[in-house]
Amino acid sequence: MNKILAGLAFGLVLGAIDGASAWFYPETHTMIFGIMVGSSIKGMVVGLLSGWFAHRVQSMKWGIVVGAAFGLLFAFAVAATDTVNGQHPYLEIMLPGFVVGGIIGFLTQRVGTPSSTQKEEK
Amino acid sequence: MDVSDSIVDHLRHVAALPNLAATRYELEMEIGRGGLGVVYGARDRQLGRRVALKILDSALAGEAQIIAQLEHPAIVPIYEAGALPDGRVFYAMKLVTGARLDHYLTGSPLLAERLRVFRRVGEALAFAHTRGVIHRDLKPQNVMVGEFGEVYVMDWGVDAVAGTPGFRAPDPQLDQRSDIYALGALLHFVLPASAPLAIKAIAGKAMQADPSARYSSAPALLADIDRFQEGLAVRAWSEPLWHRLRRFAVRNAVLLWLLTAYAGVKFLLFLLRNF
Repeated sequence: MNKILAGLAFGLVLGAIDGASAWFYPETHTMIFGIMVGSSIKGMVVGLLSGWFAHRVQSMKWGIVVGAAFGLLFAFAVAATDTVNGQHPYLEIMLPGFVVGGIIGFLTQRVGTPSSTQKEEK
Repeated sequence: MDVSDSIVDHLRHVAALPNLAATRYELEMEIGRGGLGVVYGARDRQLGRRVALKILDSALAGEAQIIAQLEHPAIVPIYEAGALPDGRVFYAMKLVTGARLDHYLTGSPLLAERLRVFRRVGEALAFAHTRGVIHRDLKPQNVMVGEFGEVYVMDWGVDAVAGTPGFRAPDPQLDQRSDIYALGALLHFVLPASAPLAIKAIAGKAMQADPSARYSSAPALLADIDRFQEGLAVRAWSEPLWHRLRRFAVRNAVLLWLLTAYAGVKFLLFLLRNF
């Protein structure tokens, strides 16, 4: 499987699961579907970028770092445009987004076919 | 021993030395001696390099021809073969400096290094089998590890050899599967006592008394070594569940850490919110 395609698939699934974890907060029950869709889209964007990076560079360490950085960046973008009780939920969105980004980065390094001209680093 | 005895011994020794006057080689010293011949260090006068000269009985002249067919990085190359005035035959080959495998292992190398050396032996054997040559006497004493880590398998395919106890297959007739048995015995010898069960099982499968229960070829055995080194299940061993779980955890340690971190983050956020 292409690494970019793998990134999109992992981003979709992990984003949806991360979004679904909002169910533990009762005030989100009415908008859980929207959260899951938004989180899935965020995950797919992170997966796309992480997959592209994994396609170019074969390095587990940098794959995780770059995935986590993309996850953090897009989680920040989501948190900055969202408000709960008049406050931006930076911690609640960015912390899990950071780790999920790292997981997506790991998975795109592990799964899929790399580029034939990619750089390799241990 | 009086003086005359020592003179007689000396004369006997000199008389046994090969007469290399008609060759381009100059004898230096004896390196090793076995039931089938003697190996000397010698100097090639034409090329100014040191070589190993193996002197054999004329009945074993085919040995050089067998080895000459085997051009492989882990098989000592033959430079020249010829006959001596006394009827014995000789062949000149690369002089390998380093340690015999059994001596090399006394330095307690790591498992990965032991398996690297073993792999080179297995590759040489696999290559020889594709040329229809079997080793017949694979054992640590016939494997040399050079000073730069290069590995050489020596003493190939002499019909007169029927193997060495501990490494010889209990087969009535020696064939490629007998070499697989010896390869398994060599793996068993190379492994430290603390080696994982999976790799010991590979040696065990190669050393099955029934030839059909062994690996079908050297590459099949090496493929199982690859699986072991990649953290995958080996064909030689039906591992118990706990071992499979442990192998999964080791192979996927980073992923498990990341998932644990995610669960930890979610739990922390839950605590912050509720307490």
